[in-house]
Amino acid sequence: MAFLSYLINGLGLGSVYAIIALGYTMVYGIAKMLNFAHGDIIMIGAYVAFFALSRFQLPLFVSVILSIVVCTILGVVIERLAYKPLRQASSLSVLITAIGVSYFLQNAAQLLWTSNTKVFPSIVSNAYLKIGDLSISYLTIITIAVCIAIMIVLTLFINKTKTGMAMRACSEDKGAAMLMGINVNTTISITFAIGSGLAAIASILLCATYPSVYPTLGSMPGIKAFTAAVFGGIGSIPGAFLGGLMLGVIETLTKAYISTQLSDAIVFAVLIVVLLIKPTGLLGKKISEKV
Amino acid sequence: MKNIINKIFDAKHRSRTFSYILVIACYILVEVLMSTGNITSLLKGLLVPLCCYIVAALALNLVVGVSGELSLGQAGFMSIGAFSAVCVAGYLGNIVANDIVRLIIAMIVGAIVAAVFGFIIGIPVLKLQGDYLAIVTLAFGQIIKSVINNMYVGFDNNGFQFSFVTNNLKLGEGAKILLNGPMGATGTSRISTFTVGVILIIISLIVIYNLMYSKNGRAIMACRDNRIAASTVGINIANTKMLAFVISAALAGAAGALYALNYATLVPAKFDFNTSILILVYVVLGGLGNMNGTIISTVVLLLLPELLRSLRDYRMLIYAIVLIVIMIVTNNSRMKTIIESFKKKISGKGVKAHD
Repeated sequence: MAFLSYLINGLGLGSVYAIIALGYTMVYGIAKMLNFAHGDIIMIGAYVAFFALSRFQLPLFVSVILSIVVCTILGVVIERLAYKPLRQASSLSVLITAIGVSYFLQNAAQLLWTSNTKVFPSIVSNAYLKIGDLSISYLTIITIAVCIAIMIVLTLFINKTKTGMAMRACSEDKGAAMLMGINVNTTISITFAIGSGLAAIASILLCATYPSVYPTLGSMPGIKAFTAAVFGGIGSIPGAFLGGLMLGVIETLTKAYISTQLSDAIVFAVLIVVLLIKPTGLLGKKISEKV
Repeated sequence: MKNIINKIFDAKHRSRTFSYILVIACYILVEVLMSTGNITSLLKGLLVPLCCYIVAALALNLVVGVSGELSLGQAGFMSIGAFSAVCVAGYLGNIVANDIVRLIIAMIVGAIVAAVFGFIIGIPVLKLQGDYLAIVTLAFGQIIKSVINNMYVGFDNNGFQFSFVTNNLKLGEGAKILLNGPMGATGTSRISTFTVGVILIIISLIVIYNLMYSKNGRAIMACRDNRIAASTVGINIANTKMLAFVISAALAGAAGALYALNYATLVPAKFDFNTSILILVYVVLGGLGNMNGTIISTVVLLLLPELLRSLRDYRMLIYAIVLIVIMIVTNNSRMKTIIESFKKKISGKGVKAHD
């Protein structure tokens, strides 16, 4: 029974990772860049939600929408100002720019809101759902449900809509997409918008579980989600979902059964082993090189 | 003799000669400033870390620039070097009286241990490519940090004791705790000196340049430029890349050793992902494969936050903006042509620097 409850908690944590990882993987798939500032967008989302909820006493629904809107706009603005001029540059230059953006957001947050930890108000009751011996918190259930809903909507969006088709085309071949009349810049902006909006949702779920908000809040979940995205095969949306869930489960189970202090080391060791067996992640595409 | 002079002043090797002159000139300048007392204590405290970061950045440039593999775990190798050096220096505290000798032994041990780990880590890492390789180096960096975070090492008259995760050390007489889990190294005697740091930079430059201009170095660059073409001419890609990776790890280990022995206390969390990224920023801003650029960018970027100290809280914000602007400007196509023509003017007939 204990195992089952750990497993479900792991799925809850994994759902948060999966939502963040979706942002990483979509941006990577289309812009071919590792957006290291993604973790800090989570942080901004958390601060916006915190102020909306506790300072302005807005209802939860409005706060969530506000946080999503702010993050979406921020994501698009960052893309326009910092990444767009580097479309033709080497991937390392883009990486360093992303790191610069990450520093910028962290330090801006520190200046605006100080580095003191703020306590995120509790938004979901602490009640547990009891099924026999098993007790699951409602928060975990909500997190998993949100993650599944996002996954379904996103899959439908990518596969059924015209914009989704444009996104797939851009990730396949930007030049050819442009020739087919797709506005590549707009498509990339939309991708950043979706990724950042998802980061806002993830930030609220994350803060509901660990209720503290501080300027470097996003870095560790960011790295974990990045790992999850690579784990599942970076660029692949189902891969990010699977990678996130697996990472969450592995982390929770190692914490429960092996060692709390070494859980990070074990999670990353599993990642290395997976990559050695499948060098492009669980669901990643194997690209054969032409000579 | 003529051969040596040719090697020094040959246009092909100009950038190499410039590196040595740059380092030695800076050293003399700093020494003169120090003896005349024109240097702030703040800057004085930064000299040894500066040398460490320069060496770590040069070593990373060997992997990222020359070998063409993005590594996000450089701090991990520094960490291995640092904490093994702390153990050695602590143990030798009563045996070897001379500080410099102890420092050198500790640095050599740090470099060797880091090289061994570099080799072990390199076996799986170098099987991968591109971003997957980057994430695995990141993963190793995190693993190293979290393992050292859980290590307890001490010694007494009966020898070394070691425990993992929980502190089970039962030390008898003459005991000294070297590593104390998340608290890291405490009570280290501060034996690092600026001169040794500069010598380490010069040794790193000699090692890296001699590798770059050798047959192996050309093989490394061939693998970077085109894997398939390189393997068709009979270059063993795995071994060639491993060479660069291990040398880089060893140099980073020595740098970490020097760094650790400059402070009385050092926590394992110091060498985290952010430190790896910081070193990567030095390398990319300095120019991939360009050692002079690495040295200059490390000095500028390390001192920049200190120079901006008068701006207080805004300094890191400005640092971030500077970083973004530099990247955007240097990648602007119009700026690129201006820089190219400027370069041509300087070098006269447009001789291309050897890289």
